[in-house]
Amino acid sequence: MTIRGRVWKFGADVDTDAIIPARYLNTSDPAELAKHCMEDADPTFPAKVRPGDIIVAGKNFGCGSSREHAPIAIKAAGVAAVVAASFARIFYRNAFNIGLPIFESPEAAERIEEGDEIEIDLNSGVIRNLTRNEEYQATAIPPFMQELLAAGGLINYVRKKVGKECIR
Amino acid sequence: MNAMGMTITEKILAAHAGRDEVHPGELINVRIDLALANDITAPVAIKEFEKIGVEKVFDRDRIALVPDHFTPNKDIKSAEQVKIVREFARRYGITNYFEVGRMGIEHCLLPQEGLVLPGDVVIGADSHTCTYGALGAFATGVGSTDLAAAMATGEVWLKVPESIKFIIKGKKWNKWVSGKDIILYIIGKIGVDGALYKAMEFCGEAISDLSMDGRFTMANMAIEAGAKNGIFAPDEKTRAYVEGRARRPYKFYYSDEDANYSEVYEFDISEIEPQVAFPHLPENTRPISEVGTVYIDQAVIGSCTNGRIEDLRVAAQVLRGKKVNPNVRLIIIPGTQEIYLQALKEGLIEVFIEAGAAVSTPTCGPCLGGHMGILAKGEKAIATTNRNFVGRMGHPESEVYLSNPAVAAASAILGRIASPEEVE
Ligand code: SF4
Repeated sequence: MTIRGRVWKFGADVDTDAIIPARYLNTSDPAELAKHCMEDADPTFPAKVRPGDIIVAGKNFGCGSSREHAPIAIKAAGVAAVVAASFARIFYRNAFNIGLPIFESPEAAERIEEGDEIEIDLNSGVIRNLTRNEEYQATAIPPFMQELLAAGGLINYVRKKVGKECIR
Repeated sequence: MNAMGMTITEKILAAHAGRDEVHPGELINVRIDLALANDITAPVAIKEFEKIGVEKVFDRDRIALVPDHFTPNKDIKSAEQVKIVREFARRYGITNYFEVGRMGIEHCLLPQEGLVLPGDVVIGADSHTCTYGALGAFATGVGSTDLAAAMATGEVWLKVPESIKFIIKGKKWNKWVSGKDIILYIIGKIGVDGALYKAMEFCGEAISDLSMDGRFTMANMAIEAGAKNGIFAPDEKTRAYVEGRARRPYKFYYSDEDANYSEVYEFDISEIEPQVAFPHLPENTRPISEVGTVYIDQAVIGSCTNGRIEDLRVAAQVLRGKKVNPNVRLIIIPGTQEIYLQALKEGLIEVFIEAGAAVSTPTCGPCLGGHMGILAKGEKAIATTNRNFVGRMGHPESEVYLSNPAVAAASAILGRIASPEEVE
């Protein structure tokens, strides 16, 4: 499966407070959160992002708090995937757990510019830059995490696992 | 065959995975001793938990739910969130639900209550769960969905991290240097992703001399270097701390001599001055002597980093008989009710109020820009908290500087970021 979208570019160390400021965390409603997505990094982002767009950022994307509200806000804003040079570890887990596709590629993070049109092969992790006619390879997803994705996220995976003993 | 040595982190993980050994990079399933969530993360976790379809939690005594971020509830939305948590706690008979008046900031509260112990594996839907590494436990932050799965199964999947060893040697401490300064100094050296995915293990003479409160402060900020966990070898100080609090057995683990580290750093405590992290990243550190003139509007002493009794004692030592600068609001927030009461008994609260500070009931409050001291556009604050990201304490155009409690107190008196030596 591939996704194709227009790129919004961000710098390094985009923290979870920039992705979804804590002042909005008195709710966990995805639609509410989406209204403030990336607001402290770019106040105009919530207004201009369109479904299917892709975020490309530098190293350590999603650093800071454990708030799952961060990937939830991004996903609910319609962003199809995030590509970064590297991800903070809790954000990385959370994105997998809630089903937001993310790809690690320092090369892609460096080469891709705002407004580029890119296409990502979700299985192989190959990222094609249609604007610049270039190709980058994202880090492979560990087999266990592929299993999680295949099961449809952590909750479905656990449902299957506990199903035998104690399903209602 | 001779097994290779293991680090304390690897040993704890191996024991909880039911294995003799584990190696960095392996994905393993581990049994957890405690799972934690708060008023922001628990509602999301509860929603996910309910999708799993189990009738009970894995162990109702091993889940801690602590509404602390926006409590006492700052508005209707927060009240609704906490209500979800409270009702869940009642329905599933969760023993460790902490209501306003009996609570504290989660990472001050759990060790105090003996709910996290040496040798434990603890996960929390809060990034500063790494605080408990101070006790010689493996503790790490996860998201709400991970927490939901753990509440159902009592297990979590983890990647075994590589370890970095930080040796802090020496006996010559600058008078006002604390655990906060050591960890800020380290983050200043290695950067906010300097320990990404890894375990930070702290050892050396200066660490042995460091108090438990100082160790909690350091372990707390491991996440600010991107680490999975921060950890200290337990010792007599650890034993003295957990004795009388623990209500279940615990175990001390130690790294082997021949354990493997991806990196080893060595610093001497004598080279470390009180540190200040400038906006907008904890890695932007400067020694206090190189700060220059930075006027402040607010000073905050508290949080899961520096809201413990020792922090309040140091603040009182600086503030005793002094007045807060007319241009500054000083807000002091004890980490838990127990710490609050202790401070009251020691006369510290009196010192604070006489100096002109506002003292609040335990809450995260301003630390995350929640309530109880939000910054306006263009304002600057010095805070003993752990993060100074854009907009962290209020308006996106406000600024937060991080320091230890002594520097924050001295700055409140002088109206600009200052060394405690200037007010002695
Ligand atoms: S005090 Fe601050 S850093 Fe600590 S748990 Fe509360 S909001 Fe998070």
